[in-house]
Amino acid sequence: MNFDYFFQLFLGGLTRGSIYALIALGYTMVYGIIELINFAHGEIYMIGAFTALIVIGVLTFAGWNGTAVLVIAAIVAMLYAAAYGWTMEKIAYKPLRKAPRLSALLSAIGMSLFLQNYVRLAQTANFLPFPNLIPDFAFLKPAARFIRPSEIVIYATTAIVMAGLTLLIKFTRMGKAMRATAQDREMAQLLGVDVDRVISTTFVLGSATAALGGVLIASHVGQINFYIGFLAGIKAFVAAVLGGIGSLPGAVLGSLVLGWTESFFTGYVSSDYEDAFAFLFLVLILIFRPSGILGRKAMEKV
Amino acid sequence: MADMAAPALEVSQVTMDFGGLRAVERVDLVVRPRETVALIGPNGAGKTTLFNCITGIYSPTQGRIQLTAADGRVMALKGLKPNQVTECGIARTFQNIRLFQNMTVLENVMIGRHCRLRSGIFSAILRTSAMRREEAQVVKESYRLLQRFGLARHVNEFAKNLPYGAQRRLEIARAMATEPSVLLLDEPAAGMNAQETQELVTMINQLKASEGLAILLIEHDMRLVMQLSDRIYVMDYGKLIARGTPQEISRDPAVIKAYLGEEEQ
Repeated sequence: MNFDYFFQLFLGGLTRGSIYALIALGYTMVYGIIELINFAHGEIYMIGAFTALIVIGVLTFAGWNGTAVLVIAAIVAMLYAAAYGWTMEKIAYKPLRKAPRLSALLSAIGMSLFLQNYVRLAQTANFLPFPNLIPDFAFLKPAARFIRPSEIVIYATTAIVMAGLTLLIKFTRMGKAMRATAQDREMAQLLGVDVDRVISTTFVLGSATAALGGVLIASHVGQINFYIGFLAGIKAFVAAVLGGIGSLPGAVLGSLVLGWTESFFTGYVSSDYEDAFAFLFLVLILIFRPSGILGRKAMEKV
Repeated sequence: MADMAAPALEVSQVTMDFGGLRAVERVDLVVRPRETVALIGPNGAGKTTLFNCITGIYSPTQGRIQLTAADGRVMALKGLKPNQVTECGIARTFQNIRLFQNMTVLENVMIGRHCRLRSGIFSAILRTSAMRREEAQVVKESYRLLQRFGLARHVNEFAKNLPYGAQRRLEIARAMATEPSVLLLDEPAAGMNAQETQELVTMINQLKASEGLAILLIEHDMRLVMQLSDRIYVMDYGKLIARGTPQEISRDPAVIKAYLGEEEQ
């Protein structure tokens, strides 16, 4: 067995996995709080990438360049996407909070289609090039054969975001309110927790995370269009379910497992059936471990 | 008797309809500070529905619910969200235990304390020093509260691992963490043995004495009701059918017919 090749596939899988994780974290957080599969989450990721592209265009036109542009673009994208997430919850999900779950799910699918087509009409249906503004780190030169600078940034960001969210949920007041709301919304409310605010915050955090993912992945891949959110969203959903939906560590673990599965399968078997294999894997996991890898026992919602 | 004191909680002509079903019909009820009032009645009489109306889970179809704080402020509760009702000063427990099972005992109580704090969400995320001081204060107060309820040695255990009696006590401790002026207890003695029930009586009497608390409780254990209550309201089919002292209620023919009669035969 060729070790170089194996290592390449391993890192490729790690990159994919980290990308899925950035999206899956928001997915699983929202599910943890209100048990809604937010199908429009992938679209928020796409909107983040588009926002960043526009900001980069404007700043470049104004004569700026370099990493600062990317940082500013990422921050603006996160804020803008957070506003989208907040608004989306208010208009598409909040009115349906007491309705049967299927209604909210349909509303989510509608939201997803609406946002896709809105971006297609407002922007373009074509692929747009996304500039790579991630610097060439000097320390990566020796490993240039295996790993690109954008990949290092993606790994680091995923790790930081995961750690940050975990700390937030474990130790802050908002985190406690989120866990309480996830376990028993009515009881949390009766103890003075403003659950509307908790749910809004969850959407804001999840959307900002997704937008950050959108910016990094667009930098890595080099192009975007209005449809990128769809498959990314579905894959992140698969990853979240694999890991045990509602659990943050589960989302990351599920994403990595999915990333490696796809990478090794593509590398050793065939790249034609990459997505088919990812979903086949999901079916197998769900048959043998219906509550995901981190199972119900170990899983703590949110 | 505290009959002369101004009521802490005043429910006037409250009606609650679900579609064509009238679950609560024109109920009047008052609870005064330092008073324990029992609400009794057969299953399905509308007692828990009335609790849900008071705490903002349901918005009553008609009527008025008013809370007077210790400092004399008068607040209309109808139409408020449950968390706003809690902020006004009403706390509640449920007949089935509804602790946050996957959180520690301390965290359960801290959640209740948080509604009394100032710092907003941004300082909570940024962890400013004022916010940190406040949080340390919350931990201290929560710990003191747990001590009072005999739960100090369980602080860092998950709520789900506590013995039954301790879980019940924790529910009341958590409710008290919100600093209520009125405490609603929905069948607090459900599932308790004789000794645990006796401890509960002691605890409720202490709460009443030390905090000037007004307590409204739903209970099926008649001995407990007679022992604890200053006054009793009786509901049947959504309506109040009697009110009075325990002695009066135990002699009331309508009550005996609707409720007590079955137990005494």
